[in-house]
Amino acid sequence: MVIGAALDILARCGTPRTVYNDMPLGNPLGKPFDRSMHRETLRLALTLAVDAKSPGTVVETSFVWDAFDTDESWKRNFCFIDPNTPEKYLAMGEENRQRRLDNKAKGLFRE
Amino acid sequence: MKTRYIDRTRDYYRAQGFSTDYTWSQYDETPFAPLGKPLNESRVTMVTTGVVEADIPKPIRTAKHYPFSDAPGAFFTEELSWDKTTTHMRDRSSYFPIEILQALEEEAFIGDIAPRFHFVPTEYSQRLTIEQDAPSIVRACLEDEVDIAILIPL
Repeated sequence: MVIGAALDILARCGTPRTVYNDMPLGNPLGKPFDRSMHRETLRLALTLAVDAKSPGTVVETSFVWDAFDTDESWKRNFCFIDPNTPEKYLAMGEENRQRRLDNKAKGLFRE
Repeated sequence: MKTRYIDRTRDYYRAQGFSTDYTWSQYDETPFAPLGKPLNESRVTMVTTGVVEADIPKPIRTAKHYPFSDAPGAFFTEELSWDKTTTHMRDRSSYFPIEILQALEEEAFIGDIAPRFHFVPTEYSQRLTIEQDAPSIVRACLEDEVDIAILIPL
């Protein structure tokens, strides 16, 4: 059973039971401090544990992140690439690659 | 419209100069086990990608199992990939809803809560997830006689 917000990733993997909440990555249960939303999401998941009859069952909640954000502009934020600053992303990549090399040199890796 | 996370992350890493795209897990068959008992007799646990022990360096974090009483008030999440522009992680309940699970136990909506929850690292290597982390969590869940494990990836 998975409660998640990245449905394309879950669908590709093929999770047995999924509750999909269309929220920003980080808050799969719902908006921060919205206890009733969290509760409803969790109840849906637990109910699905009983009700699902076949693998790959997905239940989508009806919750929205921001009812006033009608064009869902928040969905452009994750992994946003500003075309005006390509060097910024190349620098991030260089830092990432160097960090991996450093970790390996320090013996920080799993086998 | 649903966000296409696979496409977005692929483009993001290409922009960073990575020449090989990440290959996401893909399976033709999905395992499935019927619950086999009523919800109000079932034991429930949670599996989180939120980090409990931030002092363990990211590259060597492995699956671990903790008593629910050891759950931090705020998990360490800075190194994880969530939408840091749109939201925040200041409300644990939005990714680790233990208080709500406890309420559902008190209401007898579920049987009870397992003694331990589980951390699974967001490991780049699918081999390590499949061969080490996932089996470790399965073993711990069997030891704890868990009926329902809810994976809540951040």
